[in-house]
Amino acid sequence: MLWKLFFVFLKVGFFSFGGGYAMVPVIENEVVSRGWLDHQQFAELVSVAGMSPGPIATNTSIAVGMKTAGIWGAVIAAAGSLIPSFLVIVCISLFFMRSKDSRYMRGAFYGLRAIITALMLYAGIHFGLINGVFSSISIHSIFSFTLFILAFIALFRYRMHPFAVIVLSGMAGVVLYA
Amino acid sequence: MITITNKIKPYWNIFWSFCKISPLAFGGGYAMIPIIEKEVVGGRKWIQSEEMPDLIAITGSAPGAVGINTAVMIGYRIKGILGGITALLGMVLPTFIIVVGLIIFISIFKDNVKVRAALEGISSSVVALILIAALRTGKSALIDKPSLLLFAAALVSLFFFSINPLFLIVTGIVYGILLHTPNRKGRKHVPQSVASHYDNMQTFFGEGI
Repeated sequence: MLWKLFFVFLKVGFFSFGGGYAMVPVIENEVVSRGWLDHQQFAELVSVAGMSPGPIATNTSIAVGMKTAGIWGAVIAAAGSLIPSFLVIVCISLFFMRSKDSRYMRGAFYGLRAIITALMLYAGIHFGLINGVFSSISIHSIFSFTLFILAFIALFRYRMHPFAVIVLSGMAGVVLYA
Repeated sequence: MITITNKIKPYWNIFWSFCKISPLAFGGGYAMIPIIEKEVVGGRKWIQSEEMPDLIAITGSAPGAVGINTAVMIGYRIKGILGGITALLGMVLPTFIIVVGLIIFISIFKDNVKVRAALEGISSSVVALILIAALRTGKSALIDKPSLLLFAAALVSLFFFSINPLFLIVTGIVYGILLHTPNRKGRKHVPQSVASHYDNMQTFFGEGI
């Protein structure tokens, strides 16, 4: 199991260009298709990963590793996802890649950015659907949706610090749902 | 004894600097850049501020989170591979502990109504965080018809065809390269340089984190 975990996250880590949130669907695909977790469990891990500091992709890897194989799973999954970027950075530093502005790099990232945006939008909506934020009309989901709108406005319009928003939404959750 | 301490000190400094930065890294990707700058340029003076945009352009192009990559690059610059590893550990350890701790906490209290309720409330703001990140990326990503087309196609295939996201990533890269090969005449669109993408991101994440 630990080896499988390592290689899956190695693969994920290798392709994690340009956007942490975009990797969440990638990880989900790998994890759910292998039957390690179901969508609901994965969504819960994404919540945990999202509320912790640090890159969400790495946090999700740690969470998946922990949930499927305990603390060593967490370590292995994290290592797997971090090794590719570490190696690439060292290689770039060694050879000082000037080609970052080559036509191919620009083109590649142009296409990548569009895909990343789609992945992020998909991640947000998919996660929202699973967690009942966007879902059938019920008192519970109306609350969830309103909370989402409030959080969105606070973050986007008022530039509130994400940590504050997370804490406040947690408290609101306790008030509304418990 | 003194020589040993002197040998360890630089590594400890790297480790500790990034340990301090790591718990503050909320909100995704480029949000932690200003914090890193403050510590690394202002505080420790390991890097000059003029070097930062180029550094970010490189670390943003490498796989992995830009914050972690930047830390590794800086650590490598100061003390080679071991420095890079130290920086990596510094950045990752705090968040590792927090994530693992939260998971353990939640499994212990999984039947506690209040904990469940708080988690539900939090998931609403996580959705907001993800969508805002999508919005910000979209502003610099969806700049012309071909990119919009690619974006729309990707979205459709994700929602309706359960396409493997990795396949989409590779497709996007190939599409982007093909669109900008030399034998396309009359291309008036010049793709953004990787560095200017960082400038766009910075105006959004800038201060206030």
